[in-house]
Amino acid sequence: MKLAIEVVAIDTLMLRLFDQIEESNMPWLLAAAERLRDVFADKLLELVPSYTTLLVQYDLTQLDDQQARELIKQALTDLSPQAATAGREQQIPVWYDTSVGPELAAIGSRSGLGVAGVIDCHSQHVYQVFALGFAPGFAFMGLVDEIIASPRLSTPRQQVPAGSLGIADRQTAIYPLQSPGGWNLIGRSPTRLFDRELDGYSLLQPGDRVRFVAVDRAEFVRLGGDDTPFEVKP
Amino acid sequence: MSLLIERSGALANLHDSGRVGVRHLGVTQGGGADWIAQNWANWLLGNSLNAAVIEITLGSLELLVERDACLALCGADLGAQLDEQNIKPWRSFNVRRGQRLRFNNPLQGVRAYLAAPGGFSAPLVLGSCSSVRRDQLGGLHGDGQPLSNADRLSWNATQAPSPRELAASQIPQRPENSNLPVILGAQIADFSGQSLFDAFNSTWTVDQRADRMGVRLLGPALRCERQQMVSEGVPLGAIQVPSDGQPIVLLNDRQTIGGYPRLGALTPAAVAHLAQCLPGTELQFRPMALAEAQRQHRLLLAQWT
Repeated sequence: MKLAIEVVAIDTLMLRLFDQIEESNMPWLLAAAERLRDVFADKLLELVPSYTTLLVQYDLTQLDDQQARELIKQALTDLSPQAATAGREQQIPVWYDTSVGPELAAIGSRSGLGVAGVIDCHSQHVYQVFALGFAPGFAFMGLVDEIIASPRLSTPRQQVPAGSLGIADRQTAIYPLQSPGGWNLIGRSPTRLFDRELDGYSLLQPGDRVRFVAVDRAEFVRLGGDDTPFEVKP
Repeated sequence: MSLLIERSGALANLHDSGRVGVRHLGVTQGGGADWIAQNWANWLLGNSLNAAVIEITLGSLELLVERDACLALCGADLGAQLDEQNIKPWRSFNVRRGQRLRFNNPLQGVRAYLAAPGGFSAPLVLGSCSSVRRDQLGGLHGDGQPLSNADRLSWNATQAPSPRELAASQIPQRPENSNLPVILGAQIADFSGQSLFDAFNSTWTVDQRADRMGVRLLGPALRCERQQMVSEGVPLGAIQVPSDGQPIVLLNDRQTIGGYPRLGALTPAAVAHLAQCLPGTELQFRPMALAEAQRQHRLLLAQWT
Protein backbone atom coordinates (compact mmCIF):
# COMPACT_ATOMS: atom_id res chain seq x y z
CA MET A 1 0.00 0.00 0.00
CA LYS A 2 1.14 3.53 -0.81
CA LEU A 3 -0.53 6.80 0.09
CA ALA A 4 -1.00 9.69 -2.28
CA ILE A 5 -3.46 12.39 -1.24
CA GLU A 6 -4.92 14.59 -3.98
CA VAL A 7 -7.38 17.45 -3.93
CA VAL A 8 -10.45 16.65 -6.06
CA ALA A 9 -12.93 19.30 -4.87
CA ILE A 10 -13.29 22.14 -2.37
CA ASP A 11 -13.95 19.74 0.53
CA THR A 12 -12.85 16.41 -0.94
CA LEU A 13 -9.57 14.51 -0.99
CA MET A 14 -8.79 11.36 -2.96
CA LEU A 15 -6.59 8.81 -1.25
CA ARG A 16 -4.79 6.68 -3.82
CA LEU A 17 -3.63 3.50 -2.12
CA PHE A 18 -2.97 1.17 -5.08
CA ASP A 19 -2.24 1.36 -8.81
CA GLN A 20 -3.88 -1.85 -9.97
CA ILE A 21 -7.15 -3.64 -9.29
CA GLU A 22 -6.29 -6.61 -7.06
CA GLU A 23 -8.44 -8.69 -4.76
CA SER A 24 -5.73 -8.24 -2.12
CA ASN A 25 -6.42 -4.44 -2.03
CA MET A 26 -9.72 -4.85 -0.27
CA PRO A 27 -8.60 -5.72 3.29
CA TRP A 28 -6.35 -2.63 3.26
CA LEU A 29 -9.07 -0.37 1.88
CA LEU A 30 -11.56 -1.62 4.47
CA ALA A 31 -9.12 -1.19 7.32
CA ALA A 32 -8.29 2.33 6.14
CA ALA A 33 -11.99 3.20 5.78
CA GLU A 34 -12.74 2.03 9.30
CA ARG A 35 -9.87 4.02 10.81
CA LEU A 36 -10.82 7.14 8.83
CA ARG A 37 -14.41 6.93 10.09
CA ASP A 38 -13.15 6.72 13.67
CA VAL A 39 -10.62 9.54 13.37
CA PHE A 40 -12.82 11.98 11.43
CA ALA A 41 -15.99 11.14 13.40
CA ASP A 42 -18.60 13.88 12.78
CA LYS A 43 -16.20 15.83 10.55
CA LEU A 44 -16.63 13.21 7.82
CA LEU A 45 -19.46 13.68 5.32
CA GLU A 46 -18.74 10.88 2.84
CA LEU A 47 -16.22 8.07 2.47
CA VAL A 48 -16.46 6.22 -0.83
CA PRO A 49 -14.22 3.19 -1.37
CA SER A 50 -13.55 2.05 -4.93
CA TYR A 51 -11.03 -0.55 -6.20
CA THR A 52 -7.83 1.40 -5.48
CA THR A 53 -9.02 4.63 -3.84
CA LEU A 54 -10.93 6.18 -0.96
CA LEU A 55 -12.78 9.43 -1.51
CA VAL A 56 -12.97 11.51 1.68
CA GLN A 57 -15.40 14.43 1.86
CA TYR A 58 -14.97 16.41 5.07
CA ASP A 59 -17.01 19.13 6.72
CA LEU A 60 -15.19 22.31 5.80
CA THR A 61 -16.98 24.26 8.50
CA GLN A 62 -14.93 22.14 10.93
CA LEU A 63 -11.70 21.42 9.04
CA ASP A 64 -9.44 22.97 6.45
CA ASP A 65 -7.34 21.10 3.90
CA GLN A 66 -4.26 20.87 6.13
CA GLN A 67 -6.21 19.59 9.15
CA ALA A 68 -7.96 17.00 6.97
CA ARG A 69 -4.59 15.76 5.66
CA GLU A 70 -3.26 15.47 9.19
CA LEU A 71 -6.26 13.40 10.25
CA ILE A 72 -5.75 11.14 7.24
CA LYS A 73 -2.10 10.57 8.10
CA GLN A 74 -3.03 9.92 11.72
CA ALA A 75 -5.69 7.40 10.65
CA LEU A 76 -3.41 5.51 8.30
CA THR A 77 -0.34 5.26 10.53
CA ASP A 78 0.53 1.65 11.43
CA LEU A 79 -2.43 0.34 9.48
CA SER A 80 -2.82 -3.41 9.22
CA PRO A 81 -5.19 -5.10 6.83
CA GLN A 82 -8.45 -6.50 8.09
CA ALA A 83 -8.67 -10.23 7.85
CA ALA A 84 -11.26 -11.83 10.11
CA THR A 85 -13.67 -8.91 10.18
CA ALA A 86 -13.36 -7.95 6.53
CA GLY A 87 -16.32 -8.84 4.43
CA ARG A 88 -18.89 -11.57 4.78
CA GLU A 89 -19.32 -14.55 2.52
CA GLN A 90 -22.61 -14.32 0.65
CA GLN A 91 -24.38 -16.86 -1.55
CA ILE A 92 -26.68 -15.45 -4.19
CA PRO A 93 -29.06 -17.64 -6.19
CA VAL A 94 -29.10 -17.07 -9.96
CA TRP A 95 -31.24 -18.56 -12.67
CA TYR A 96 -28.76 -18.70 -15.56
CA ASP A 97 -30.92 -18.98 -18.65
CA THR A 98 -30.95 -17.62 -22.18
CA SER A 99 -34.52 -16.32 -21.73
CA VAL A 100 -33.37 -13.87 -19.06
CA GLY A 101 -29.70 -13.69 -20.10
CA PRO A 102 -29.64 -12.57 -23.74
CA GLU A 103 -25.81 -12.75 -23.97
CA LEU A 104 -25.43 -16.18 -22.35
CA ALA A 105 -25.47 -18.11 -25.62
CA ALA A 106 -23.06 -15.74 -27.39
CA ILE A 107 -20.53 -15.92 -24.55
CA GLY A 108 -20.92 -19.70 -24.63
CA SER A 109 -20.05 -19.94 -28.29
CA ARG A 110 -17.31 -17.30 -28.27
CA SER A 111 -15.53 -18.95 -25.33
CA GLY A 112 -16.10 -22.43 -26.70
CA LEU A 113 -17.50 -23.43 -23.30
CA GLY A 114 -21.14 -23.61 -24.36
CA VAL A 115 -23.96 -22.39 -22.13
CA ALA A 116 -23.39 -25.03 -19.45
CA GLY A 117 -19.66 -24.28 -19.42
CA VAL A 118 -20.23 -20.55 -18.95
CA ILE A 119 -22.59 -21.26 -16.04
CA ASP A 120 -20.01 -23.54 -14.40
CA CYS A 121 -17.23 -21.06 -14.97
CA HIS A 122 -19.18 -18.11 -13.58
CA SER A 123 -20.67 -19.90 -10.56
CA GLN A 124 -17.54 -21.73 -9.41
CA HIS A 125 -15.53 -18.64 -8.57
CA VAL A 126 -15.76 -16.64 -5.34
CA TYR A 127 -15.92 -12.94 -6.23
CA GLN A 128 -14.89 -9.94 -4.24
CA VAL A 129 -17.03 -6.79 -3.97
CA PHE A 130 -14.73 -3.94 -5.03
CA ALA A 131 -17.12 -1.00 -4.90
CA LEU A 132 -20.75 0.06 -4.82
CA GLY A 133 -21.88 2.59 -7.37
CA PHE A 134 -23.90 3.27 -10.52
CA ALA A 135 -27.14 2.66 -8.58
CA PRO A 136 -28.09 2.00 -4.94
CA GLY A 137 -26.73 -1.43 -4.02
CA PHE A 138 -25.05 -2.04 -7.41
CA ALA A 139 -21.93 -4.02 -6.40
CA PHE A 140 -18.97 -4.22 -8.77
CA MET A 141 -17.53 -7.72 -8.31
CA GLY A 142 -14.61 -9.55 -9.81
CA LEU A 143 -12.66 -10.90 -11.28
CA VAL A 144 -14.43 -13.23 -13.70
CA ASP A 145 -12.32 -15.76 -15.61
CA GLU A 146 -10.73 -14.19 -18.68
CA ILE A 147 -12.30 -16.82 -20.91
CA ILE A 148 -15.83 -15.42 -20.25
CA ALA A 149 -14.79 -11.75 -19.87
CA SER A 150 -16.84 -9.64 -22.32
CA PRO A 151 -16.66 -5.97 -23.29
CA ARG A 152 -19.68 -3.77 -22.57
CA LEU A 153 -22.35 -3.60 -25.28
CA SER A 154 -21.55 -0.87 -27.78
CA THR A 155 -25.02 0.61 -27.24
CA PRO A 156 -26.36 0.38 -23.68
CA ARG A 157 -29.91 -0.91 -23.28
CA GLN A 158 -32.62 1.53 -22.23
CA GLN A 159 -34.09 -0.93 -19.73
CA VAL A 160 -32.42 -3.79 -17.93
CA PRO A 161 -34.80 -5.69 -15.59
CA ALA A 162 -34.11 -5.67 -11.86
CA GLY A 163 -32.14 -8.75 -10.77
CA SER A 164 -30.29 -9.12 -14.08
CA LEU A 165 -26.77 -10.56 -13.72
CA GLY A 166 -24.21 -9.10 -16.08
CA ILE A 167 -20.58 -9.22 -17.10
CA ALA A 168 -18.46 -6.24 -18.21
CA ASP A 169 -14.84 -7.05 -18.99
CA ARG A 170 -13.69 -9.03 -15.95
CA GLN A 171 -16.36 -7.62 -13.64
CA THR A 172 -19.75 -8.99 -12.76
CA ALA A 173 -22.77 -7.39 -11.07
CA ILE A 174 -26.49 -7.63 -10.50
CA TYR A 175 -28.76 -4.68 -11.36
CA PRO A 176 -30.67 -3.99 -8.10
CA LEU A 177 -33.27 -1.83 -9.86
CA GLN A 178 -34.62 -1.67 -13.38
CA SER A 179 -32.29 0.78 -15.08
CA PRO A 180 -30.43 1.48 -18.32
CA GLY A 181 -27.28 -0.59 -18.70
CA GLY A 182 -24.64 -1.94 -21.06
CA TRP A 183 -23.45 -5.13 -19.37
CA ASN A 184 -23.73 -8.60 -20.98
CA LEU A 185 -26.67 -10.33 -19.32
CA ILE A 186 -26.37 -14.02 -18.47
CA GLY A 187 -29.06 -14.67 -15.86
CA ARG A 188 -31.32 -13.24 -13.19
CA SER A 189 -31.35 -13.35 -9.39
CA PRO A 190 -34.45 -13.27 -7.16
CA THR A 191 -32.48 -11.67 -4.30
CA ARG A 192 -33.30 -8.11 -3.28
CA LEU A 193 -30.00 -6.27 -3.17
CA PHE A 194 -31.13 -2.87 -1.96
CA ASP A 195 -33.89 -2.45 0.53
CA ARG A 196 -34.44 0.39 2.94
CA GLU A 197 -35.68 -2.21 5.47
CA LEU A 198 -32.35 -4.02 5.21
CA ASP A 199 -29.75 -3.37 7.88
CA GLY A 200 -27.13 -1.28 6.07
CA TYR A 201 -29.60 -0.90 3.15
CA SER A 202 -27.38 -2.80 0.71
CA LEU A 203 -27.04 -6.59 0.93
CA LEU A 204 -23.55 -6.43 -0.54
CA GLN A 205 -20.80 -4.25 0.92
CA PRO A 206 -17.25 -3.61 -0.28
CA GLY A 207 -15.01 -6.48 0.78
CA ASP A 208 -17.79 -9.08 0.81
CA ARG A 209 -17.05 -12.36 -0.96
CA VAL A 210 -19.82 -13.63 -3.19
CA ARG A 211 -20.59 -17.03 -4.69
CA PHE A 212 -23.41 -17.37 -7.22
CA VAL A 213 -25.49 -20.51 -6.86
CA ALA A 214 -27.20 -21.78 -10.01
CA VAL A 215 -30.91 -22.53 -9.44
CA ASP A 216 -33.57 -23.74 -11.86
CA ARG A 217 -36.60 -21.79 -12.96
CA ALA A 218 -38.94 -23.32 -10.36
CA GLU A 219 -36.58 -22.46 -7.50
CA PHE A 220 -36.01 -18.97 -8.93
CA VAL A 221 -39.77 -18.34 -8.99
CA ARG A 222 -40.23 -19.88 -5.55
CA LEU A 223 -37.65 -17.39 -4.22
CA GLY A 224 -39.69 -14.53 -5.63
CA GLY A 225 -37.97 -14.05 -9.01
CA ASP A 226 -39.80 -12.61 -12.00
CA ASP A 227 -39.32 -15.05 -14.92
CA THR A 228 -40.67 -12.70 -17.60
CA PRO A 229 -38.36 -13.35 -20.59
CA PHE A 230 -36.01 -10.59 -21.60
CA GLU A 231 -37.16 -9.04 -24.85
CA VAL A 232 -34.31 -8.47 -27.25
CA LYS A 233 -35.34 -5.46 -29.26
CA PRO A 234 -34.18 -5.44 -32.87
CA MET B 1 -54.38 20.00 2.94
CA SER B 2 -52.52 22.93 1.61
CA LEU B 3 -51.36 22.95 -2.02
CA LEU B 4 -52.92 20.87 -4.78
CA ILE B 5 -50.95 20.26 -7.98
CA GLU B 6 -53.31 20.92 -10.86
CA ARG B 7 -50.68 20.79 -13.60
CA SER B 8 -47.33 19.20 -12.87
CA GLY B 9 -45.27 20.98 -15.52
CA ALA B 10 -41.87 20.06 -16.93
CA LEU B 11 -40.36 18.80 -13.69
CA ALA B 12 -41.11 19.60 -10.08
CA ASN B 13 -39.45 17.71 -7.25
CA LEU B 14 -39.24 17.86 -3.48
CA HIS B 15 -35.73 18.47 -2.18
CA ASP B 16 -34.13 19.03 1.18
CA SER B 17 -30.34 19.24 1.33
CA GLY B 18 -29.94 15.66 0.13
CA ARG B 19 -28.65 12.31 1.38
CA VAL B 20 -25.50 12.41 3.48
CA GLY B 21 -23.32 9.50 4.54
CA VAL B 22 -24.74 7.00 2.03
CA ARG B 23 -22.59 7.59 -1.05
CA HIS B 24 -20.61 4.40 -0.35
CA LEU B 25 -23.84 2.44 -0.96
CA GLY B 26 -24.17 3.81 -4.47
CA VAL B 27 -26.87 6.23 -3.34
CA THR B 28 -27.02 9.60 -5.13
CA GLN B 29 -26.57 12.86 -3.22
CA GLY B 30 -29.76 14.62 -4.38
CA GLY B 31 -30.70 18.00 -2.88
CA GLY B 32 -31.60 21.22 -4.67
CA ALA B 33 -29.22 21.94 -7.55
CA ASP B 34 -29.15 25.69 -6.81
CA TRP B 35 -28.61 25.14 -3.11
CA ILE B 36 -28.02 28.87 -2.53
CA ALA B 37 -31.50 29.86 -3.77
CA GLN B 38 -32.94 26.92 -1.83
CA ASN B 39 -31.28 28.14 1.37
CA TRP B 40 -32.60 31.67 0.89
CA ALA B 41 -36.15 30.38 0.34
CA ASN B 42 -36.00 28.52 3.63
CA TRP B 43 -34.27 31.43 5.37
CA LEU B 44 -37.06 33.86 4.39
CA LEU B 45 -39.54 31.69 6.31
CA GLY B 46 -37.27 31.04 9.27
CA ASN B 47 -37.02 27.36 8.32
CA SER B 48 -34.17 24.96 8.89
CA LEU B 49 -31.95 25.03 5.79
CA ASN B 50 -32.64 21.31 5.43
CA ALA B 51 -36.43 21.86 5.18
CA ALA B 52 -38.04 20.40 2.05
CA VAL B 53 -38.82 22.80 -0.79
CA ILE B 54 -40.19 22.32 -4.31
CA GLU B 55 -37.58 22.62 -7.05
CA ILE B 56 -39.48 23.82 -10.11
CA THR B 57 -37.63 23.29 -13.38
CA LEU B 58 -38.53 25.60 -16.30
CA GLY B 59 -42.16 26.14 -15.24
CA SER B 60 -45.59 25.05 -16.59
CA LEU B 61 -46.60 24.24 -13.01
CA GLU B 62 -49.99 25.17 -11.56
CA LEU B 63 -50.95 24.90 -7.90
CA LEU B 64 -54.25 25.50 -6.12
CA VAL B 65 -53.91 27.02 -2.66
CA GLU B 66 -56.11 25.21 -0.17
CA ARG B 67 -54.98 26.98 3.00
CA ASP B 68 -53.86 30.53 3.78
CA ALA B 69 -50.12 30.75 4.30
CA CYS B 70 -46.91 32.66 3.71
CA LEU B 71 -44.69 31.01 1.05
CA ALA B 72 -41.24 31.97 -0.24
CA LEU B 73 -39.86 31.94 -3.78
CA CYS B 74 -36.17 32.15 -4.74
CA GLY B 75 -33.98 31.28 -7.72
CA ALA B 76 -35.12 31.46 -11.33
CA ASP B 77 -37.78 33.89 -12.52
CA LEU B 78 -40.25 31.49 -14.13
CA GLY B 79 -42.92 34.13 -14.69
CA ALA B 80 -44.77 33.19 -11.50
CA GLN B 81 -48.28 34.57 -10.99
CA LEU B 82 -50.62 34.40 -8.02
CA ASP B 83 -53.93 34.66 -9.84
CA GLU B 84 -53.20 37.76 -11.97
CA GLN B 85 -50.46 39.21 -9.78
CA ASN B 86 -46.81 38.74 -10.84
CA ILE B 87 -44.55 37.23 -8.16
CA LYS B 88 -40.86 37.96 -8.56
CA PRO B 89 -38.35 35.67 -6.82
CA TRP B 90 -36.26 36.42 -3.69
CA ARG B 91 -39.26 37.19 -1.45
CA SER B 92 -41.94 35.64 0.71
CA PHE B 93 -45.62 36.40 0.05
CA ASN B 94 -49.05 35.60 1.41
CA VAL B 95 -51.37 33.21 -0.41
CA ARG B 96 -55.07 32.75 0.34
CA ARG B 97 -57.26 29.71 0.02
CA GLY B 98 -58.70 29.45 -3.48
CA GLN B 99 -55.89 31.35 -5.22
CA ARG B 100 -53.85 29.75 -7.99
CA LEU B 101 -50.07 29.93 -8.18
CA ARG B 102 -48.72 29.43 -11.71
CA PHE B 103 -45.20 29.13 -13.03
CA ASN B 104 -45.25 29.94 -16.72
CA ASN B 105 -41.89 29.84 -18.47
CA PRO B 106 -38.31 30.85 -17.75
CA LEU B 107 -37.63 34.59 -17.98
CA GLN B 108 -34.29 34.24 -16.19
CA GLY B 109 -32.67 31.05 -14.90
CA VAL B 110 -33.84 27.43 -14.88
CA ARG B 111 -34.87 26.36 -11.37
CA ALA B 112 -37.14 28.12 -8.88
CA TYR B 113 -37.46 27.11 -5.23
CA LEU B 114 -40.80 27.35 -3.42
CA ALA B 115 -40.69 27.02 0.36
CA ALA B 116 -43.50 26.66 2.89
CA PRO B 117 -43.57 27.21 6.68
CA GLY B 118 -41.51 24.53 8.40
CA GLY B 119 -40.88 22.79 5.06
CA PHE B 120 -43.15 20.53 2.99
CA SER B 121 -44.09 17.22 4.60
CA ALA B 122 -42.64 14.10 3.00
CA PRO B 123 -41.33 10.78 4.28
CA LEU B 124 -37.61 10.56 4.95
CA VAL B 125 -35.91 7.82 2.95
CA LEU B 126 -32.29 7.21 3.98
CA GLY B 127 -32.44 10.42 5.98
CA SER B 128 -33.79 12.68 3.24
CA CYS B 129 -36.96 13.37 1.27
CA SER B 130 -35.01 14.45 -1.84
CA SER B 131 -36.59 12.93 -4.90
CA VAL B 132 -34.21 10.97 -7.15
CA ARG B 133 -36.12 9.07 -9.80
CA ARG B 134 -33.16 6.97 -10.96
CA ASP B 135 -32.59 5.67 -7.41
CA GLN B 136 -36.35 5.29 -6.78
CA LEU B 137 -35.87 7.14 -3.51
CA GLY B 138 -37.56 10.16 -1.93
CA GLY B 139 -40.32 12.53 -2.98
CA LEU B 140 -43.88 12.78 -1.74
CA HIS B 141 -44.46 9.02 -1.85
CA GLY B 142 -40.89 7.90 -1.12
CA ASP B 143 -40.43 6.20 -4.51
CA GLY B 144 -38.45 8.94 -6.27
CA GLN B 145 -41.24 10.02 -8.61
CA PRO B 146 -41.51 13.74 -9.36
CA LEU B 147 -44.60 15.64 -8.27
CA SER B 148 -47.59 14.89 -10.46
CA ASN B 149 -51.14 16.01 -11.04
CA ALA B 150 -53.45 15.66 -8.02
CA ASP B 151 -50.56 15.37 -5.57
CA ARG B 152 -51.35 17.32 -2.40
CA LEU B 153 -48.61 18.96 -0.35
CA SER B 154 -48.88 20.04 3.24
CA TRP B 155 -46.30 21.71 5.45
CA ASN B 156 -44.93 21.29 8.91
CA ALA B 157 -45.55 24.64 10.66
CA THR B 158 -48.42 27.10 10.99
CA GLN B 159 -46.41 30.24 11.71
CA ALA B 160 -43.95 32.09 9.52
CA PRO B 161 -42.41 35.57 9.55
CA SER B 162 -44.39 38.25 7.66
CA PRO B 163 -43.73 38.64 3.93
CA ARG B 164 -40.35 40.19 3.19
CA GLU B 165 -37.78 40.42 0.42
CA LEU B 166 -34.07 39.88 0.35
CA ALA B 167 -31.84 42.94 0.31
CA ALA B 168 -30.13 43.51 -3.03
CA SER B 169 -26.82 42.57 -1.39
CA GLN B 170 -28.21 39.13 -0.43
CA ILE B 171 -29.39 38.14 -3.89
CA PRO B 172 -26.70 35.97 -5.53
CA GLN B 173 -24.80 37.88 -8.18
CA ARG B 174 -23.86 36.23 -11.43
CA PRO B 175 -20.10 35.66 -11.58
CA GLU B 176 -18.38 38.33 -13.64
CA ASN B 177 -18.37 37.30 -17.31
CA SER B 178 -19.89 34.00 -16.13
CA ASN B 179 -16.45 32.98 -14.95
CA LEU B 180 -16.85 29.81 -12.94
CA PRO B 181 -14.20 29.10 -10.27
CA VAL B 182 -12.61 25.65 -10.48
CA ILE B 183 -10.55 23.79 -7.87
CA LEU B 184 -7.85 22.14 -9.98
CA GLY B 185 -7.09 18.54 -9.24
CA ALA B 186 -7.88 14.89 -9.93
CA GLN B 187 -6.39 13.90 -13.33
CA ILE B 188 -5.56 17.45 -14.49
CA ALA B 189 -1.87 16.54 -14.90
CA ASP B 190 -2.81 13.97 -17.57
CA PHE B 191 -4.30 16.54 -19.96
CA SER B 192 -2.17 17.92 -22.76
CA GLY B 193 -0.75 21.44 -22.40
CA GLN B 194 -2.88 22.64 -25.30
CA SER B 195 -6.01 21.19 -23.65
CA LEU B 196 -5.19 22.91 -20.36
CA PHE B 197 -4.81 26.20 -22.24
CA ASP B 198 -8.09 25.59 -24.06
CA ALA B 199 -9.92 24.60 -20.88
CA PHE B 200 -9.26 27.96 -19.21
CA ASN B 201 -9.12 30.27 -22.23
CA SER B 202 -12.14 29.18 -24.24
CA THR B 203 -15.79 29.99 -24.07
CA TRP B 204 -17.94 26.98 -23.17
CA THR B 205 -21.55 26.75 -24.25
CA VAL B 206 -24.19 24.93 -22.18
CA ASP B 207 -25.59 22.07 -24.29
CA GLN B 208 -29.21 20.88 -24.50
CA ARG B 209 -28.06 17.75 -22.68
CA ALA B 210 -28.26 19.22 -19.21
CA ASP B 211 -30.13 17.76 -16.28
CA ARG B 212 -29.68 17.12 -12.56
CA MET B 213 -27.03 14.46 -13.26
CA GLY B 214 -24.77 16.72 -15.25
CA VAL B 215 -24.40 19.61 -17.66
CA ARG B 216 -22.57 18.99 -20.91
CA LEU B 217 -20.51 21.88 -22.29
CA LEU B 218 -19.56 22.44 -25.92
CA GLY B 219 -16.23 23.90 -27.00
CA PRO B 220 -12.78 22.78 -28.18
CA ALA B 221 -12.11 19.06 -27.72
CA LEU B 222 -9.95 18.41 -24.65
CA ARG B 223 -7.47 15.56 -24.81
CA CYS B 224 -6.37 13.48 -21.86
CA GLU B 225 -3.28 11.32 -22.25
CA ARG B 226 -4.67 8.77 -19.83
CA GLN B 227 -6.79 6.32 -21.79
CA GLN B 228 -7.88 3.96 -19.06
CA MET B 229 -8.77 4.85 -15.54
CA VAL B 230 -9.98 2.80 -12.58
CA SER B 231 -13.38 4.08 -11.44
CA GLU B 232 -13.31 6.22 -8.31
CA GLY B 233 -15.66 8.37 -6.24
CA VAL B 234 -16.72 11.61 -7.93
CA PRO B 235 -17.47 14.82 -6.04
CA LEU B 236 -20.12 17.48 -6.69
CA GLY B 237 -19.14 19.83 -9.50
CA ALA B 238 -16.52 17.46 -10.96
CA ILE B 239 -15.57 18.37 -14.53
CA GLN B 240 -15.23 15.04 -16.29
CA VAL B 241 -13.98 14.72 -19.83
CA PRO B 242 -15.15 11.66 -21.80
CA SER B 243 -13.36 10.54 -24.94
CA ASP B 244 -15.20 13.04 -27.20
CA GLY B 245 -13.37 15.79 -25.30
CA GLN B 246 -16.51 17.73 -24.34
CA PRO B 247 -16.64 18.30 -20.57
CA ILE B 248 -19.58 17.33 -18.39
CA VAL B 249 -19.99 19.06 -15.04
CA LEU B 250 -21.54 16.64 -12.57
CA LEU B 251 -24.40 17.89 -10.40
CA ASN B 252 -26.41 16.54 -7.48
CA ASP B 253 -27.86 13.44 -9.16
CA ARG B 254 -24.53 12.23 -10.57
CA GLN B 255 -23.47 8.62 -10.20
CA THR B 256 -21.38 8.01 -7.12
CA ILE B 257 -18.30 6.63 -8.90
CA GLY B 258 -16.99 7.17 -12.40
CA GLY B 259 -14.09 6.37 -14.68
CA TYR B 260 -13.60 9.48 -16.82
CA PRO B 261 -10.61 11.77 -16.23
CA ARG B 262 -11.41 15.06 -14.53
CA LEU B 263 -9.91 18.56 -14.53
CA GLY B 264 -11.05 19.24 -10.98
CA ALA B 265 -14.36 20.49 -9.65
CA LEU B 266 -16.38 23.71 -9.63
CA THR B 267 -16.84 25.41 -6.28
CA PRO B 268 -20.28 24.78 -4.72
CA ALA B 269 -21.29 28.38 -5.50
CA ALA B 270 -20.34 27.84 -9.15
CA VAL B 271 -22.41 24.63 -9.21
CA ALA B 272 -25.43 26.62 -7.99
CA HIS B 273 -24.84 29.18 -10.74
CA LEU B 274 -24.43 26.55 -13.45
CA ALA B 275 -27.72 24.92 -12.38
CA GLN B 276 -29.44 28.16 -13.46
CA CYS B 277 -27.89 28.34 -16.94
CA LEU B 278 -30.16 27.62 -19.90
CA PRO B 279 -28.77 25.80 -22.95
CA GLY B 280 -26.81 28.27 -25.08
CA THR B 281 -25.40 30.15 -22.08
CA GLU B 282 -21.69 30.95 -22.52
CA LEU B 283 -19.30 30.31 -19.63
CA GLN B 284 -15.62 30.32 -18.78
CA PHE B 285 -13.58 28.39 -16.25
CA ARG B 286 -11.17 30.15 -13.90
CA PRO B 287 -8.79 28.36 -11.53
CA MET B 288 -9.15 29.28 -7.86
CA ALA B 289 -6.74 28.44 -5.04
CA LEU B 290 -8.19 25.97 -2.57
CA ALA B 291 -7.65 28.12 0.53
CA GLU B 292 -9.36 31.10 -1.10
CA ALA B 293 -12.27 28.95 -2.26
CA GLN B 294 -12.74 27.54 1.25
CA ARG B 295 -12.60 31.04 2.74
CA GLN B 296 -15.26 32.32 0.32
CA HIS B 297 -17.43 29.25 0.92
CA ARG B 298 -17.38 29.73 4.69
CA LEU B 299 -18.36 33.40 4.21
CA LEU B 300 -21.25 32.28 2.02
CA LEU B 301 -22.45 29.80 4.65
CA ALA B 302 -22.18 32.46 7.38
CA GLN B 303 -25.01 34.42 5.72
CA TRP B 304 -27.57 31.92 6.97
CA THR B 305 -26.34 31.44 10.51
